[in-house]
Amino acid sequence: MAKQYVSATINGEQSEFLCETQQSMLDVLRDVIGLTGAKEGCGSGDCGACSIILDGRLVCSCLMLGVEANGTTITTIEGIAQGDKLHPIQQKFLEHAALQCGFCTPGLIVATKALLDENPNPTETEARYWLAGNLCRCTGYDKVIRAVMDAAAVMRGEAA
Amino acid sequence: MSNLSYAAPTSVDDAVKLLAGSSGLAKVLSGGTDLLVQMRSGRLKPDLIVDTKKIPGIIGIREENGGFVIGAGTAGAVVEAHAGLNKAWPGLVEALDLIGSTQVQGRCSLAGNLCNASPAADSVPALFAAGAIAVVVGSKGKREVPVEQIPTAPGRTSLAKDEFILEFKLPVRPARSSDAYLRFIPRTEMDIAVVGCGISVTLNEAGVCTAARVSLGAVAPTVLLLADAAAILVGHTLDADTLAKLDAAAQAACKPINDKRGTIEYRTKVAGVLARRVAAIAFDRAAGKSTGKAH
Repeated sequence: MAKQYVSATINGEQSEFLCETQQSMLDVLRDVIGLTGAKEGCGSGDCGACSIILDGRLVCSCLMLGVEANGTTITTIEGIAQGDKLHPIQQKFLEHAALQCGFCTPGLIVATKALLDENPNPTETEARYWLAGNLCRCTGYDKVIRAVMDAAAVMRGEAA
Repeated sequence: MSNLSYAAPTSVDDAVKLLAGSSGLAKVLSGGTDLLVQMRSGRLKPDLIVDTKKIPGIIGIREENGGFVIGAGTAGAVVEAHAGLNKAWPGLVEALDLIGSTQVQGRCSLAGNLCNASPAADSVPALFAAGAIAVVVGSKGKREVPVEQIPTAPGRTSLAKDEFILEFKLPVRPARSSDAYLRFIPRTEMDIAVVGCGISVTLNEAGVCTAARVSLGAVAPTVLLLADAAAILVGHTLDADTLAKLDAAAQAACKPINDKRGTIEYRTKVAGVLARRVAAIAFDRAAGKSTGKAH
């Protein structure tokens, strides 16, 4: 079976790649394109470590074939910061120490970005339900939620 | 090396030809949230994947003759964000809102949830209760199938090899109609139903039920449509006697298994309790007393 040709916009740049049919988008990101920020935790859509934003929707890149990316627009963790300047979500994750080992962090930050794009002023309950598919073994989630709520306030211009 | 082929046809005819012409195992791909997991675990080894998402009309929601038509591959999150569906079919919306995570809801589809044919699928009892019609396409053309005739056993459907679902038609909603769905799990999120229950009702001006459909998930090899339980509701308000009879009918319909999520006795008991609660929410919504989320 010949490799599949795929063309997609990834983090604002036109990207072309060849992949095997059975390769997941996560495998393509990590092994073909070299974007290793998205992590493989479970490979079955349970942990959220591989979260990406696909055509404006938060999805698990492990539950998507690389070939399905053809013609789509994708944001990965590598596309969140503006050059050398951290995104407010990243800054607040640092300030609140919302990570320990950091394995879940790219997924949590991408998932938070998708949340705040859709709902700039979530309640804590809304944030917790939205992030229920992002598992973290270290933080106990409390610091994550504090970082998310603080980042939301900063992005609304209500906090620094 | 894998011999897996992939095609993303842009017409129903092309998709049907690909499915009909496949010599090995051909699988229809919508959101992929079940299919990819099954492929990865080695449970399924397809030779051909037919990605239906490029077929016109298979993604999207439209109103037609007073009812809603939902494209078979429409992501759950899109249905959840639709104002008209939230108003007319809050039970179906809240069922989709319980599937997996935000990430899964960004991909998963009604057709995938139905055709994966898990007895514990969350949107399926809600679809059964809604009386949804699946528009099935195949080599012999188009046919309309009540959704309860699609799953036949765990992982099996009544669809032929060359058939797939193009869209779902939801019936026109009479005045004072609504629905609800509840799922019981031992935690708050990210689990599979111990029991799921969907109920849709229509009331008259006096609050008496004139039409009902009752469905249970995770208590039998397939999701069940309970004609007996629905008949108990029709002609009654939701008084104590009717609730008790509904509870008994729900329990009587259960043929569950013992597994790590619950015993036969537990599932049976919970089915009765959920039927009572779901009926109460559906009646309240139909009477205009509450439009809030059930969970």
